[in-house]
Amino acid sequence: MSDTSESTGDAEGDAADDADSSAGSAVAAVDAEEVRHVAELARVRLADDEVEEFAAQFGDILDYFEALDEVPETEREEELVNVMRPDEVESGLSQEAALSNAEETEDGFFVGPKVS
Amino acid sequence: MSADLNLFITEETIEGDADADGPLAGATVAVKDNISTEGIRTTCGSEMLADYVPPYSATVVERLTDAGATVVGKTNMDEFGMGTTTETSAFGPTRNPADPERVPGGSSGGSAAAVAAGEADLALGSDTGGSVRCPAAFCGVVGIKPTYGLVSRYGLVAYANSLEQIGPIAGTVEEAAAALDVMAGRDPHDGTTRDLSEVDGADPDASYAAAADGDVDGLTVGVPTELFEGADERVVETVEAAIADLEAQGAETTDISLPSVEHAVQAYYVIAMAEASSNLARFDGVRYGNRSESDGNWNESFAETREAGFGAEVKRRILLGTYALSAGYHDKYYEKAQDARAWVRRDFEDAFADVDVIASPTMPVLPFELGESLDDPLRMYLADANTTPVNLANLPAASVPAGEAEGLPVGLQLVGPKFDEETVVRAASAVEER
Repeated sequence: MSDTSESTGDAEGDAADDADSSAGSAVAAVDAEEVRHVAELARVRLADDEVEEFAAQFGDILDYFEALDEVPETEREEELVNVMRPDEVESGLSQEAALSNAEETEDGFFVGPKVS
Repeated sequence: MSADLNLFITEETIEGDADADGPLAGATVAVKDNISTEGIRTTCGSEMLADYVPPYSATVVERLTDAGATVVGKTNMDEFGMGTTTETSAFGPTRNPADPERVPGGSSGGSAAAVAAGEADLALGSDTGGSVRCPAAFCGVVGIKPTYGLVSRYGLVAYANSLEQIGPIAGTVEEAAAALDVMAGRDPHDGTTRDLSEVDGADPDASYAAAADGDVDGLTVGVPTELFEGADERVVETVEAAIADLEAQGAETTDISLPSVEHAVQAYYVIAMAEASSNLARFDGVRYGNRSESDGNWNESFAETREAGFGAEVKRRILLGTYALSAGYHDKYYEKAQDARAWVRRDFEDAFADVDVIASPTMPVLPFELGESLDDPLRMYLADANTTPVNLANLPAASVPAGEAEGLPVGLQLVGPKFDEETVVRAASAVEER
């Protein structure tokens, strides 16, 4: 959901400038506009009072996250390997089972809301 | 009385294999409601999934019922595992059997409270940043968070994949370890599970239950100053007394320092929220989950479904995760959090060059009163100071009752090297024998 191509809007851009120029000081203040923007990116509608409450709480939480600035750059030694299996057909969910929790189906397909 | 504790979201039974023998034959197990059970609704404590009925069971559920354990119900939890008190559940809070005016901890609060109240012999929780160990500590029972990759996550509804493991909760270390014996091992359905015969230093024939022998003679216990600083004095006193008792049983203790853990809560929340924002994108009301009536287009319908389906804490984490990953902030938050994670991992590796196991309070506080932390999310996050470093470092840990303070349970946390659950179990069983 974090579609970064959309996150270069004005609110985001201005805030990013603030963040860049704010090393160390308690400035992670978040305004209602920014909360609305992020909520739109995340496809979560918020009530107006929820926007105000989140703006205040996000300020506190992001202030606290500021301390990550003190973390030194650290080499990351990940021991990651790919896990493969033979490309063979295996049994899976039946179409009926896969559709069983859908709010709306038609002819064996999921039915979603209109696209536009 | 147990009915008033609000332990279960759904009380239904999956019979265990009646022909099984072994330590789990005839045992009862309560399963956290984010672990899939075929034909029994699995809500994750969320309105979004209030009617969701999985078409398959999680690997751990199959393994426990094959070993003879009977599932007795699905336990209450913080919504999608996001909380430290079980108060963010859409199904109301669970109360702590030790004091019904207090929270049982979270997010696996229903599971720990069910064991503490005697409603089940065993329970399953999931631990992303302490969600098995915290409620075990608050309810006065034993909880084990396995090494990342020991237990299959197949069928666990994802919150933060890189951090979480399913773990057992029980009244005694040996019972929890016996459940872990059954749960552990590679699963083709979860590519992150490891085959212990291919892991350096791991014992593929390990019996965790057999390791609960209480023999800590010669064991070196590291005591990290950072995980005692800032903790409630009553908690510190109780835990220090338990550690002194390990010394009396022949263990050696030594003070150690883990400077990176000062940044663990920050790193944990950035990473967990980032992963959550991605994981929970799947809840769009189309394939599963409740869909809101909407006249709008796809995006509007999606946003309205998620407004109605998610509670405040879940929305907070999705939004903060989206924020931390967005252009202009990714390097500032997410990249730094990954640096902190690597630093925490290295700190523990260095410590385990000198000690066998690391001991601390599980929770720096006594169980909160109901409602006490609900309006102050940051305060709730800070309570995870001692548990989150373990998830960042992918290590095994247990919480075992250390005693009581003010009549409330206090948990001692023991952390071991990767895939050395046996040492954690051994040390925990010695704490229990005091």
